Amino acid sequence: MEFLNALITSWPTLLKGLTVTLSLTALTLVFSVVLGAIIVALKMSKIRALSAFATAYLAIVRGVPLIALLFVIYFGIVSIVKVDAFAAAAIGLSVHSSAYVAEIFRSGINSVHNGQIEASRSLGMSRVATMSKVVAPQALRVVVPALVNQAIISLKDSAVASFITVDELFMSAQRLSAATFQPLTYYAIVSLYYLAIVGAMTYFSGRVERYFEKRG
Amino acid sequence: MINTASLTTTPRITITGAVKKFGDTVVLDGIDLQVRSGEVAVLIGPSGAGKSTLLRCINGLERLTAGTVDIDGVRLEYRESSLNHMREHVGMVFQSFNLFPHLTALENITMAQTRVSKRSKADARDRGMTLLARVGLAGKADSYPSALSGGQQQRVAIARALAMTPKLMLFDEPTSALDPELVGEVLQVMRELADEGMTMVVVTHEMRFARQVADHVVLLADGGIVEEGPPEKVLDAPESERARSFLSQIRADD
Repeated sequence: MEFLNALITSWPTLLKGLTVTLSLTALTLVFSVVLGAIIVALKMSKIRALSAFATAYLAIVRGVPLIALLFVIYFGIVSIVKVDAFAAAAIGLSVHSSAYVAEIFRSGINSVHNGQIEASRSLGMSRVATMSKVVAPQALRVVVPALVNQAIISLKDSAVASFITVDELFMSAQRLSAATFQPLTYYAIVSLYYLAIVGAMTYFSGRVERYFEKRG
Repeated sequence: MINTASLTTTPRITITGAVKKFGDTVVLDGIDLQVRSGEVAVLIGPSGAGKSTLLRCINGLERLTAGTVDIDGVRLEYRESSLNHMREHVGMVFQSFNLFPHLTALENITMAQTRVSKRSKADARDRGMTLLARVGLAGKADSYPSALSGGQQQRVAIARALAMTPKLMLFDEPTSALDPELVGEVLQVMRELADEGMTMVVVTHEMRFARQVADHVVLLADGGIVEEGPPEKVLDAPESERARSFLSQIRADD
């Protein structure tokens, strides 16, 4: 009963945090997909310097803990230009996620049978047209589940932004728990919030997959 | 059976000294071959003889290690722009069909028309429907490849290649991946194409097709041409021991 009461009374506070978390996650998704596409294009480039750059980027980003990356970007950027914590968090999360998105894209592209490329090229389609009209659409349906999975990870990772003072969902719960001395209650409540969003994303993912299945 | 009226002496394809190596393995060992305009050339031979490789070298899907390919007197070069230009007019049909699974039968046929030949959507669609009707699949325009049988997919693939108005069609074992009862419908389409005077190079194991449709049979073995000429000569009265042993082998399999 007490828990239910806390759940209801904490709603306005947590809603604010939730809005920040959702915008942070949405920005991370958009930027990491764009960055990931650029990185995979560089990685598959025939120009060795570009592909070496992509390899180094992937190695560094995947080799550094998210929280360290976030701190480096936050304090690094703040020392050059004045930027708020939210922007720093969005950049850090996007860079972190982009490495995994790039790998997802790469495995999607590699999953397209070579015969598809040969058929397209034998019709006189250019390399670029073959990639955009034949390979990418087929790769896309393969990567949707993995991308949704990455989106779920990004959502949960965004809690780390609280370490650089972003007032997001987890930070809101922290403040409530500090004010009431009821950490268990509010961390349980905030976990339910994350669980609910992840549930919604999983449902959406299933819908998208079924849509693609129907199209044969 | 053969439309001799369309045969001329113009060489459509001239292959000179073609050598192809994969690492240390020599797949083509100095092939010279001419295919005239309107001619149906059928490449036969044991597996690993280099038939498919030779075919794929004609449109540059494989790059020759040495030697040259000329199509209508134009030398094959491996620059992106010249490859695209040449391939626009050289159709290819694959053993595994390679239809684009995310597009309908009609979209498979219209995509390159609008993107490569710069036809309008309406023109591409009209041509696509005409070609689908011609291969007996007008009713399947909106079907995705996964809903078509192998024979139907291969007929769509032929229509897709024909949509580009090719002056030459390459067939790489077009019936080898088909269930036996579906082979006939694909061969029928190819037979009609040959009758209309299309220049064709066909890699196949269908000896009856070779006998009935080919003007020119080329028997390859171990990366070289061991016998070539009209079907009656190559298939019925081969001169070389290698050709005789190959032909007796496939007869034993029949």
